[in-house]
Amino acid sequence: MSNTTKRRGSPLAFVIWGYIIWSLVPVIIAVVYSFNDGRSRTVWQGFSLRWWITDPYASIFRNDETQNAISNSLVLAFTTLVVVTPLGIALAIGSQRIRGRSANFVQGLTSAPLITPEIVVGAALLLTFTRLFTAVPLGFVAQLLGNVTFALASVVVIVRARLVSIGASFEEAARDLGATRWQALRFVLLPMLWPSVMASLVVVFATVIDDFVITSFLSAGVGSETVPLRIYSSVRGGATPALNALATLLVLTSFTVLIIGLFGLSTWRKRQGERGGLRAALADVTRMDS
Amino acid sequence: MDTLYRGLTQANLKSSPRLWAGFAIPGTVWLTVLFVIPFYAVACVAFGTIDPIFRDAVPQWSPLSWDFVQAKQIFTSLATGPLRGVAIRTVIYVVCAMTLCFIIGFPIAYFLARHAGKHKLLLLVLIIVPFWVNYLMRMLAWVNLLSVDGLFTRFMRNFGINYNWLDGSPITVTLGLVYGYIPFLILPLYATLERLDWRLVDAARDLGAKPRQAFRLVTLPMSKAGLVAAGILIALPMFGDYYTNDLLSRSPSTEMIGNQIDFFLNASTQPQNGALLVLALSLFLLLFMSFYLRSTRQQSRQVTR
Repeated sequence: MSNTTKRRGSPLAFVIWGYIIWSLVPVIIAVVYSFNDGRSRTVWQGFSLRWWITDPYASIFRNDETQNAISNSLVLAFTTLVVVTPLGIALAIGSQRIRGRSANFVQGLTSAPLITPEIVVGAALLLTFTRLFTAVPLGFVAQLLGNVTFALASVVVIVRARLVSIGASFEEAARDLGATRWQALRFVLLPMLWPSVMASLVVVFATVIDDFVITSFLSAGVGSETVPLRIYSSVRGGATPALNALATLLVLTSFTVLIIGLFGLSTWRKRQGERGGLRAALADVTRMDS
Repeated sequence: MDTLYRGLTQANLKSSPRLWAGFAIPGTVWLTVLFVIPFYAVACVAFGTIDPIFRDAVPQWSPLSWDFVQAKQIFTSLATGPLRGVAIRTVIYVVCAMTLCFIIGFPIAYFLARHAGKHKLLLLVLIIVPFWVNYLMRMLAWVNLLSVDGLFTRFMRNFGINYNWLDGSPITVTLGLVYGYIPFLILPLYATLERLDWRLVDAARDLGAKPRQAFRLVTLPMSKAGLVAAGILIALPMFGDYYTNDLLSRSPSTEMIGNQIDFFLNASTQPQNGALLVLALSLFLLLFMSFYLRSTRQQSRQVTR
């Protein structure tokens, strides 16, 4: 049996390795060319760090506009995290536990942003901020509100999945032992939610730092330009390999956060004696079960 | 004593729904103000009027004074006029890209779920990596390879193929969509197939079904809901895509509906047309969305059963 399984699997193994090469090699080439010594992003002229650090004006760590974009991106990502995490956790708990017609409404409302194309959300918010809530200026504030709105749904999905798997018995036990409802929530449920909170921090950070559509629709010129916006506006121009370096930096940032998150998640699980390890952690951050 | 006790527990039970509602309120208000109302704002701009002097869109906040002249014009244009080409092109590109995504993605997800063996975790990690590489970076990588002196263009020249990849090529745009969205298809597909009860497939084989029959009569029906959901999950953003096109083509000959929305809202003085196209796109996609919500609800019901 295992022999036939293997034989049937082998042409598929070809497909999968082919796919992996196809999906990763172009990116690796782009990363390599960020170390090109010449101005070309396509013809190799030797190794240098000029587009990363050594060029006093054009390298990404010394160019003022790039620095501005990097700090805008980081500020936007962290403020979004600060706003969306408590909002999302509360909404996940609330929406899982209320009953009746309002429950259906809240659940529909929380899953809708997840499947609405970003361009629709971005366009709707742009029209809202320029014509209805005109007190909200385009730029950082609008970008923050937009990103929180879009990211809220993913926090809710991740935390709610965890709530379902925890079930109600732990809290009930705490209540039987004399804890108030609030104490059961604070000292029993919240600590158990920790892995889903960590996973949503990672997912939201990566979503916001990579976000292009909403951030671009709600931007107001150079002052609120983020890294993806800067990359987008120069991809088709005659940009230097500094562009590749900037894109590489973006990828490195989200991977650093991802790896820290995965590491934290799997150590937490191990310490709590939960099963799953790395694979469960991966499932947490890729929303595979959503 | 007994009544007092009963009174206390009842009070408790009664007070808790209010507590949970309190948890849900901030987020619900947020989404109402910044997700539901914006849709209304889109409608008010779309069915608003145009300032006769400044030519800017004037939103009509009361549905009673909505004006449908421009709407009629845009919908006629989508059906028979100049926007028809854009609408048809959008559907064709998305359908082609989706088909390719399934042709490539299904065998991969199937292999991962059934035959990956001891390399499973490694393969899974390698499949997840593109999921986490910024979309713009992945497009940028191909722009570099496909530009006039790019590695891929030079490589293809060895075979006598001298094609201008980045200058309004429908092939590039479609393949770009495939490249961009396929990671988001493979993972949900894998999750669906992983969850299947493969003993049923083995049983069908034991009872004499040929591999193809077992696949068509057992595997496919069992995984249908998951496949449809995964497909919709990438179809929705693809229909609204404009950046892939913008990065890989920049030509009016490959424009999709998203490009028109982007143009009207960000680069023209006719936001009303943009709002109307957003409405048209949302209405079109609402079909898929409700289908998706229904099928996921069915799935979760099956899982909990």
